[in-house]
Amino acid sequence: MTTLTPILTKNWDLPNSFTLEGYGDYSAAKRALGMDPDAIIQAVKDSGLRGRGGAGFPTGMKWGFIPQNDGKPHYLVVNADESEPGTCKDIPLMMANPHALVEGIIITAYAIRANHAFIYVRGEVLHVVRRLHAAVREAYEKGYLGTGIFDSGFDLELVVHSGAGAYICGEETALLDSLEGYRGQPRLKPPFPAVAGLYAAPTVINNVESIASVPSILANGADWFAGMGTEKSKGFGIFSLSGHVTRPGQYEAPLGITLRELLDMAGGIREGHRLKFWTPGGSSTPIFTDEHLDVPLDFESVGAKGSMLGTRALQIFDETVCVLRATLRWTEFYAHESCGKCTPCREGTFWLKQVLKRLEAGQGGEEDLATITDIADNILGRSFCALGDGATSPIYSSVKYFRDEYLKHFEIGGCPFDPALSTVWGAK
Amino acid sequence: MTYSPEVRERLETDAKEIIGRYPKARSALLPLLHLVQSEDGYVSDDGHEFCAEILGLSKAEVVGVSTFYTMYKRKPAGEYHVGVCINTLCAVMGGDQIWSELTEHMGIGADETTPDGKVSLERIECNAACDFAPVMTVNWEFFDNQTPASAKQLVDDLRDGANVLPTRGPKKLCSFKDASRILAGIPDDLAGDGPSAVGPSLEGLRIAKANGWEAPK
Ligand SMILES: Cc1cc2nc3c(=O)[nH]c(=O)nc-3n(C[C@H](O)[C@H](O)[C@H](O)COP(=O)(O)O)c2cc1C
Ligand code: SF4
Ligand code: FES
Repeated sequence: MTTLTPILTKNWDLPNSFTLEGYGDYSAAKRALGMDPDAIIQAVKDSGLRGRGGAGFPTGMKWGFIPQNDGKPHYLVVNADESEPGTCKDIPLMMANPHALVEGIIITAYAIRANHAFIYVRGEVLHVVRRLHAAVREAYEKGYLGTGIFDSGFDLELVVHSGAGAYICGEETALLDSLEGYRGQPRLKPPFPAVAGLYAAPTVINNVESIASVPSILANGADWFAGMGTEKSKGFGIFSLSGHVTRPGQYEAPLGITLRELLDMAGGIREGHRLKFWTPGGSSTPIFTDEHLDVPLDFESVGAKGSMLGTRALQIFDETVCVLRATLRWTEFYAHESCGKCTPCREGTFWLKQVLKRLEAGQGGEEDLATITDIADNILGRSFCALGDGATSPIYSSVKYFRDEYLKHFEIGGCPFDPALSTVWGAK
Repeated sequence: MTYSPEVRERLETDAKEIIGRYPKARSALLPLLHLVQSEDGYVSDDGHEFCAEILGLSKAEVVGVSTFYTMYKRKPAGEYHVGVCINTLCAVMGGDQIWSELTEHMGIGADETTPDGKVSLERIECNAACDFAPVMTVNWEFFDNQTPASAKQLVDDLRDGANVLPTRGPKKLCSFKDASRILAGIPDDLAGDGPSAVGPSLEGLRIAKANGWEAPK
């Protein structure tokens, strides 16, 4: 049996966890700044840490791509845009434990030789923005940020930068354009940000949870981290359970835990109901069903079953929920958030929305299932960035697992479900 | 209309401080748009012009940026800008019902403001709080675990000037303009208010403690 491993969440029940007093003394950063920066990169490589923002790219390797002695400024940008539907781990992390992030930033910036770092936080979370500003101010006051940190001769400026409402700004190159004061639209890669990122200078972009995990690796060692998780998906992560579970919330566990194990801890599906479908890692990851309860939630195992670990955003839906309704709503989201730069995504998400609306109303036929998968075929792999690809995930997977449910809508000329039964208060 | 000299001077002081944080001035554009929104309750013509002037951009460039982002309003938001999450998870858990009952109760729809200027409404996307579904926001503070009844009570209280408190936030609800100022990068002093974490945020930790589970030493 896998058990929980509170690390980043460990101090969240202290009333002052978001202050230095409730966090600790930055001893990992202090030690790191006495090390050779390359040794830090090596330690993070050895730990096996992979990006917690969805794609799972090895973090140490990403840092290793930053060219050294190139005479250019280097930048560290933390991606705190958390907007992928279902994803809700970075926001409570920054609310309760912003110093873990700030300490991780100091260590990372030192390792990649960056003297300027940014936290790009979505704007719609005001109290989190306050907490970040306060944590950064506290760190400056203590001399953990600014000039000559820990008498090491290392200088670091850290800016909290609020976004303004745009899911696409979570895509790393769109984020950079946004941070430079432009519309947030993705850039052509290559060049990758490690070569030409912010202001065309070498830049590392990492997710909040990735960076916040770094102090624990420095403090306890790469082996300690690598001792958790599975062979290729090492360490721990925050699993976010939402929806029709008895006790939704944040569960910090080694990668490779299963939904069955997590549901056991969370009191199961809400009383009197059963699991119908779920997302392993946000709406951009193909849905799973009750067939997948025992899939280890690591990058490889989830991938082998046709989905993605993504951000471990486990949105749980019971048998009262219409899968078409869910698919349509996610599709409306992608259509709304498509930045418009490329035709397959801009036009494709629009048409998917139109057709799905018709299907949900029962005005369609089996041939329309071919239409929506055809549209998806024209988006997947042909879009400029991964938003377009993500938009096809609910389409393919819902048709794959719930074809009969689509047909049922055509048969009866409408939706067979009563939305009232799915609500928190509706199905007593 | 242009800003009075006093307003302009005040905005310029703030703007220069914000611009100074960035290696390149244009990076300050998003914060500056939040700043002018904190003056007018939306990004006005004057606001666009101010940002353009201080950054040496054309107004068209600034408008091109501001219209890309949903948080910049093109007409005045209410003193209290209310969001109802209608992304899939919240919608299913009751957000759709909250939205339909709330709009009927208030007689306004999406992106509209009550005639008294007090409350505006927006259908918001996933706000990274799905474990608290159904989720609402007021001036971007969290109002978690809502019901149709609590939502209607909330807007009534806002219109009556009653003291309403976020579920995870400060002991005082600031105005939309004040919130915009914080987003510009000029925080108030309320960060210490409110809990570290509540309810679902603590669920895993609570279970770990009850079972004596810890991370390896
Ligand atoms: C549409 C879209 C939205 C994204 N949103 C986020 C986000 O909110 N936070 C995040 O960390 N990564 C997000 N990503 C992934 C980033 O592009 C990038 O891979 C990540 O920030 C890298 O950090 P990591 O290696 O630490 O995971 C998004 C990607 C796409 C395509
Ligand atoms: S895939 Fe969509 S979001 Fe990405 S660049 Fe194309 S239009 Fe923009
Ligand atoms: S779906 Fe509403 S907060 Fe995530």
